[in-house]
Amino acid sequence: MVYSYFPGCTLKNKASDLDLYARKSAEVLGITMEEIEEWQCCGGVYPLGANETAPKLASVRALVAAKEKGQDLLTLCSACHHVLKRVNNDMAENENIRTKANNYMQLEVPYAGETKVVHYLEMLRDVVGFDQLKAKVVNPLKGTKIAAYYGCLLLRPSKVLGFDNPENPKIMEDFIKAIGAEPVIYPYRNECCGGYMAMENKELAKKKSSTVLQSAKENGAECVITACPLCMYNLKVNGGVDDLPVYYFTELLAQALGVK
Amino acid sequence: MEKNEKELAQLIQEISGLNPKKCMKCGKCSGACPAFHEMEYHPHQFVDMVDRGDVNRLLESKSIWMCLTCFACVERCPRDVKPANFIEAARLALIRQQGCNHLKDEAVPPLLDEEMPQQAIVSAYRKFKK
Repeated sequence: MVYSYFPGCTLKNKASDLDLYARKSAEVLGITMEEIEEWQCCGGVYPLGANETAPKLASVRALVAAKEKGQDLLTLCSACHHVLKRVNNDMAENENIRTKANNYMQLEVPYAGETKVVHYLEMLRDVVGFDQLKAKVVNPLKGTKIAAYYGCLLLRPSKVLGFDNPENPKIMEDFIKAIGAEPVIYPYRNECCGGYMAMENKELAKKKSSTVLQSAKENGAECVITACPLCMYNLKVNGGVDDLPVYYFTELLAQALGVK
Repeated sequence: MEKNEKELAQLIQEISGLNPKKCMKCGKCSGACPAFHEMEYHPHQFVDMVDRGDVNRLLESKSIWMCLTCFACVERCPRDVKPANFIEAARLALIRQQGCNHLKDEAVPPLLDEEMPQQAIVSAYRKFKK
């Protein structure tokens, strides 16, 4: 399977591990990731104002690029996934945004949300299959107790994201089982880490991220996995629990597949 | 020209594109909010204040800058009111005015550290300034 791939700005910088190990693992799994040419930053957050079209155009360009190649659009960063998926939904369902974006972009064929936006974890679940993934694991992480941290952006609002059950998700736990480890269920796995407050209100980010990590630790986790560079930062820098390492899920995937 | 309070409330509604009258005041949004304890006014009150045109004290309050945009309120609202969108609309009503950015460029450098991801900076810029 060949995907158009939207890495996003953070994966080219601070979160290069999230990108690197995803690419290495994809090779083993028979997945080709074709990076979109000249992609632009998604903006990090989905614009909630009803009359905001301009901040959505970068996402529309990426969606159109994938459509022109006839490919689904693969994402890794939770924030990019959230923004691209919701803008795509606007292009399909919001006539006002669709008209304004198309008028601005002057495409030969107007875009109306045809591209399918797929997160790497969804690709593992729905295209590769966790059973098939398990069969390809050469280095199972036997007995390791891993806490999946979902955060907000992959799950909510579930009507648009359609990622998993927003209150009791299991895709990351199924992933953990597929790589031979043991998932730890804890109450704060889908609560906010403090997100973008990391910059402007560090105290609030510290409160939120330490609650998440302490909850994971109390429930027996030996490490935590995430798909989001900002969650990674908050948990590592603001989480205040030093002996609980946080990894990108792709790093453990690459380890299990023997390509790290 | 300065807007009076009713006009400001109207503006916030327009920016949100949503109807605050759908709210049935169940408070689930505030119960779900991870920033509840940081706020003087809480998500269900935001919606109500916009509905009643009582927005001056809301716009002056630090509460509107505490929202983490985690969408817990949006997810759990039984009436699809989308409280987070009203909070963002209130922010936009402020920061779209000249000189009213919540985050000033010159305040940014001391807030950065070596490990901070680009995503944090881009997001804060989108959320706090125009």
